[in-house]
Amino acid sequence: MSIQPILIAAAALFSIGIYGILVRRNAVMVLLSIELILNSVNINFVAFNAMLSDVFLNGQIFSIFIITIAAAEVGIGLAIVLMLFRNRETANINEFDLMKW
Amino acid sequence: MEAIDIFSYFLLLLLLLSGIKVVTTSNVIHAAIFLVFTLATTAILFILLSAEFVALVLVLVYIGAVIVLFLFGVMITRAPLGPNAELDNDQNKLFATLISLSIFGIFTYILLQTFDSTVVIREGTSTKLLGEILLSRFVFPFELVSFVLLGALIGGITLARKDNALMDEDQI
Repeated sequence: MSIQPILIAAAALFSIGIYGILVRRNAVMVLLSIELILNSVNINFVAFNAMLSDVFLNGQIFSIFIITIAAAEVGIGLAIVLMLFRNRETANINEFDLMKW
Repeated sequence: MEAIDIFSYFLLLLLLLSGIKVVTTSNVIHAAIFLVFTLATTAILFILLSAEFVALVLVLVYIGAVIVLFLFGVMITRAPLGPNAELDNDQNKLFATLISLSIFGIFTYILLQTFDSTVVIREGTSTKLLGEILLSRFVFPFELVSFVLLGALIGGITLARKDNALMDEDQI
């Protein structure tokens, strides 16, 4: 199988994630879209690893590290959303405009 | 075209469809469930690319832990569990479609120019080799990542706990 369909599907998944970040209004939904983007990057790493048949499996190791960092990011992100919800009684990111000029 | 290629194309199609449903559905819980579909499809794709350990890590960490965390987050922030028309910024939709389509166009152009007919190689398993490399060549980043996780753990607890000494009764 050629590598092109996999890469194009990953690029499409990345664009879908960008769309979700720009459109969604709930902060938890924005975090879900970020997960889509990280997942597309993982697909790229593993596909390139299979394409190059790397002896040191750098692509797979990098994708494992990305998964770990993404788990940490989700934990911190949800804690921040929880904190915002506790202070402002909403998870709507349009209302968090304190630092907006 | 082999049968496994047709199966891979089917998986990629399923991946894109469930990804689109994640960002377009108007129900918060459905979005999380469709993210599970997307990640499961990705895991099957990884197994087909002979990266079975990454696939298992994806299932364990994402589908097992992260989705549960998301469902907790949805329920704690009291998002409406049924269909909700106010989940999207409607005035942003055209703008967002334009930006994501242009990013997709640029990526597709560059990828099609760069990788002409390179073939993905599927060979055996890689878990044993992966373990050996992870604990010899990449042992320093491996330990560093555990410190990052510890920092995230402490940071999450610090952010999310109710500090009764600093907070008035009516704020809680």
